[in-house]
Amino acid sequence: MDHPHTFDVIVIGGGHAGCEAALAAARTGADTLLLTQSLETIGQMSCNPAIGGIGKSHLVREVDALDGAMARVADQAGIQFRVLNASKGPAVRATRAQADRDLYRSAMRALIDDQENLRVFQQPVVDLLLEHGSVAGVVTNMGLRLRTACVVLTTGTFLGGRIHVGLQNQPGGRAGEAPANALARRLRALPLRVGRLKTGTPPRLDKRSVDLSKLAEQPGDEPTPSLSFMPEPHPRQVSCHMAETNPRTHDIIRRALDRSPLYAGLIEGAGPRYCPSIEDKVVRFADRTRHQIFVEPEGLRSGELYPNGISTSLPFDVQLALVRSVRGFENAHVTRPGYAIEYDYFDPRDLQDSLETKALAGLFFAGQINGTTGYEEAAAQGLLAGLNAARKAGGLAPWHPRRDEAYLGVMIDDLVNQGASEPYRMFTSRAEFRLRLREDNADLRLTEIGRRMGLVGAARWRAFTAKRSERQRLWAALDTAKIKVGGEAARRLAAQGGKPVTEDIRLVEYLKRPEVGIGQLVDVGLLPAAIDPELLRQVEAEVKYAGYIKRQDTEIAKIRRHEAIALPAGLSYATLPGLSRELQQKLEAARPATLARAARIPGMTPAALSVLLLQAKKQGALAGAA
Amino acid sequence: MVCDEEGRCRDGGSDLRASTDTIAAVATPPGQGGVGIVRVSGPLARSIGEALLNKPLPPRHAVHGRFRHDGELLDEGLGLFFPAPRSFTGEDVLELHGHGGPVVMQMLLDAVLTGGARLALPGEFTERAFLNDKLDLAQAEAVADLIASASVAAARGALRSLSGQFSQSVRQIDGDTLELRTYVEAAIDFPDEEVEFLSQGRVGERVDGLIDSVERLRRSGRQGMLLNQGASIAIVGPPNVGKSSLLNRLSGESAAIVTDIPGTTRDLLKVDLVLDGLPLRLVDTAGLRDSGDPVEMEGMRRARSEAEQADLIIQVSDAAAHEASAPLFAADRTIQVENKIDLTGAAPGLAPGQWTSIRLSCLTGAGLADLVALIKAQVGFTGEGAAFSARHRHLQALAEASTALQAAAQRLREQAPGEVIAEDLRLAHQALGGITGEMTAEDLLGSIFRSFCIGK
Ligand SMILES: Cc1cc2nc3c(=O)[nH]c(=O)nc-3n(C[C@H](O)[C@H](O)[C@H](O)COP(=O)(O)OP(=O)(O)OC[C@H]3O[C@@H](n4cnc5c(N)ncnc54)[C@H](O)[C@@H]3O)c2cc1C
Ligand SMILES: Nc1nc2c(ncn2[C@@H]2O[C@H](COP(=O)(O)OP(=O)(O)O)[C@@H](O)[C@H]2O)c(=O)[nH]1
Repeated sequence: MDHPHTFDVIVIGGGHAGCEAALAAARTGADTLLLTQSLETIGQMSCNPAIGGIGKSHLVREVDALDGAMARVADQAGIQFRVLNASKGPAVRATRAQADRDLYRSAMRALIDDQENLRVFQQPVVDLLLEHGSVAGVVTNMGLRLRTACVVLTTGTFLGGRIHVGLQNQPGGRAGEAPANALARRLRALPLRVGRLKTGTPPRLDKRSVDLSKLAEQPGDEPTPSLSFMPEPHPRQVSCHMAETNPRTHDIIRRALDRSPLYAGLIEGAGPRYCPSIEDKVVRFADRTRHQIFVEPEGLRSGELYPNGISTSLPFDVQLALVRSVRGFENAHVTRPGYAIEYDYFDPRDLQDSLETKALAGLFFAGQINGTTGYEEAAAQGLLAGLNAARKAGGLAPWHPRRDEAYLGVMIDDLVNQGASEPYRMFTSRAEFRLRLREDNADLRLTEIGRRMGLVGAARWRAFTAKRSERQRLWAALDTAKIKVGGEAARRLAAQGGKPVTEDIRLVEYLKRPEVGIGQLVDVGLLPAAIDPELLRQVEAEVKYAGYIKRQDTEIAKIRRHEAIALPAGLSYATLPGLSRELQQKLEAARPATLARAARIPGMTPAALSVLLLQAKKQGALAGAA
Repeated sequence: MVCDEEGRCRDGGSDLRASTDTIAAVATPPGQGGVGIVRVSGPLARSIGEALLNKPLPPRHAVHGRFRHDGELLDEGLGLFFPAPRSFTGEDVLELHGHGGPVVMQMLLDAVLTGGARLALPGEFTERAFLNDKLDLAQAEAVADLIASASVAAARGALRSLSGQFSQSVRQIDGDTLELRTYVEAAIDFPDEEVEFLSQGRVGERVDGLIDSVERLRRSGRQGMLLNQGASIAIVGPPNVGKSSLLNRLSGESAAIVTDIPGTTRDLLKVDLVLDGLPLRLVDTAGLRDSGDPVEMEGMRRARSEAEQADLIIQVSDAAAHEASAPLFAADRTIQVENKIDLTGAAPGLAPGQWTSIRLSCLTGAGLADLVALIKAQVGFTGEGAAFSARHRHLQALAEASTALQAAAQRLREQAPGEVIAEDLRLAHQALGGITGEMTAEDLLGSIFRSFCIGK
């Protein structure tokens, strides 16, 4: 049975990658279908009900700068907002929103339903239609064939998903949902490397059974921050709480390790090092007598709490005992057991930068199936894959940002070149150009290119260009206006306790002084009071980091020159003289597309790079001559 | 903000080529008399030359004058300026022709580096020439092959050419820097975790400690190594295989006593020589064999330790002898020489299928040229103008690390936020990585996860 309509792009999966992919493809004008197992779970948060946090919020802002959904949805669903790292500088400050699960899902669904060129359809996909090494469509479990130019696969933890609680395990894609085993089997037949990874989630608690009065309260920030450059009004704000484990909790866990699927060897997939289960933490950091638990509301109306920090796959009786050993949880009722889930992922080194698979034209992968973890990582990849699928369907060249342009660029580059041996999560320390990749300037980095590619709508573009003109005026003022010795402004600044001005000084120079903030310049009337505070923060960051950013320019220029040099795809590294055996092997495995990529392979030496450069030229010229 | 055709936008960006840095190297083989050339390429070339000569350098004119640095007279010679794009690299190029020997050339190079250039990496002039379409295919190929053989050695680890103590110290500093970064980065990426972070004060103490170590190492490095750029080569093997004969052949003079009685080369004999422009220190060792003679045993002990410290070992065997000699030292820095092929009739040159095994005759001289070529390749002598000077580059890397660490210390005093200090530490670590091999973000994260209990 064939569906009568042929699409440009079909997105499989309605998770965080799938939603952004479908929306992005449709925004650029592609005729798009979002095909998912259940329309009710579109925008479902499988695990922790929170968006953002360090490194991740940067991705969210980038998605937003490209007019994606995540930040706006999180603003509408966020019930507690905090800026993490507030005591540090702007590059590493990160916004985190505790989200109401239901509000999040419904806000996401509303955006999907409103999006032009986008339709939804509920059916599990069981197979792909392949023609001449390209994808041509998909097949659902009732045998329906849907034809399309490109497919974006975003099936998360569902491929070959297996859920573990204690020594028992069963197939499952997420608690209470069926895995996608038929599709997983079909995909395993494709020439793509497949591996297993695992992740886990904590038991949930009945709010009424927890004594919050025994826990420390953690209110949100005032004034409430927002994730989007175009903030939406937030719902009512609530607090989180903080609890902690104790030596008795750890004893309970240690005594039950023989019944842990992790330690009994039932789970083969690698789990993330940064988000370990409580049993992992107790084993690996045996000398710790306490571990922190953030007690987070699942939503405004929800009666459940999410105890962040005790993800576990121990048997249920142990889960209950360990929960109840915690102060404040003595009488806790567990509403859902914690579990670990193992699933198939595809080695992202088999992908191109566009997230299209190297093996099958027109097939794009995004999200957890690429070995990442986290909603934000999934969303950012989804947006890029959806965009590139639409571009491919429209006969346009793919696009991706570079490492010095976006965290999204860092992530894609890491995945495609290094692969993922454990679930990949974003951290600011992955970004060597961290000082220029900030929350505050994501729009400046990406909105214009997004507009050109048709991703950015008229409303955002208007807001952005207005902000950009204001920014130019602000810079002009900083560059030209001076604080005059003995002048009114100098006197008022001195009165605020600043170092005295001994000669006429331009505002930008004055602002470079470590103790000076841009707010002071506004306070004493040197800058107009009506400037957008976001813009002030952006410009202040630029001034404060100016020296470092300039130095990075040199580093980046060099990388770009290397980026422009393609290495021949068929280069036989094993026979290249002048490379150590180890480097030959690494290069064979990574097959870097450009010299810049080769340069990032650990252990690369300048001399070896020269060999590659010259071989590239040699082979390129020979090929050209032939 | 600058946006290119594809709409990639950057704030305050600069154009691509203009922001390349300036590189410099000695362009004539070191260690020879006559004229020496320091070549400089990049945007600072002209200003560096004019500052050294203290007069203007019109394009493509030889300007005679005195090179002075910090008021000190270094040499007398010519300055030539070739503006882009009509130059060897396609960039602004400066050539300084001097008369001094290697030491003066080194001082001239140091002056150029102080002026804002950095030491060129092997092949870097060629790389730039190539990027600016200044090389034809044949040239590129020739250079590729040369560099390829050079990097066999380089890829084995830049540390090798340094004395054991130096490399140990660098590793120690590198490890300490990693540990410090682990704390500083963890405090940024995991502020909600209860990690035992270092206080600003403790970070400051550690940075000061690192600066001390780097500076101490730089001082010892400068004194001990800078003027001795040559690679050291130990000749080892059983008695009577022809070690002394080989040394004599290579040095072209009868510095070593050659006899027929086994074990006469009792003490170490060191000869400094320049081989096709490559400065070398050859050490002829006592024959390695079992003996009861205490004098001879002492000689052998010294032979062993000499060989262990050498950049390269030539292990000689007798082609006519029937027992094959087992490799004595790490294969990656040993050249096997089968001597006396005049007695067996074997073909001279690289042994078939072997990268590092040469057949030759000291008597007839057959195969010696192949050995010389292999030695040059093994010590990383590129022959393309700049001698591969690992030591100098390492010292420069240390200087960069020191600058970055001092910036970190300064920022700490100003109570700058963590990510700024982290950036200085990243730069310091990156500089050290140039000596020890690259450090990736993954390694850093690995270290964070090993050290702390992180994650909810
Ligand atoms: C138990 C658990 C614990 C987790 N813990 C954490 C954590 O601690 N920290 C963290 O950052 N992240 C965690 N995650 C990960 C986070 O949930 C994911 O990274 C994120 O949801 C991935 O988004 P995605 O879009 O790739 O996939 P998902 O959100 O999983 O979405 C997949 C979508 O595909 C649909 N689908 C699947 N198969 C088919 C099919 N055959 N046909 C049609 N539709 C299909 C599904 O219905 C679903 O809508 C956890 C996930 C799970 C399940
Ligand atoms: N036939 C021949 N004899 C050689 C050759 N090289 C060295 N000899 C002889 O071998 C003997 C030992 O040489 P010597 O250099 O003293 O050996 P060492 O003990 O290893 O230093 C001397 O008689 C040399 O003349 C060669 O290539 N061919």
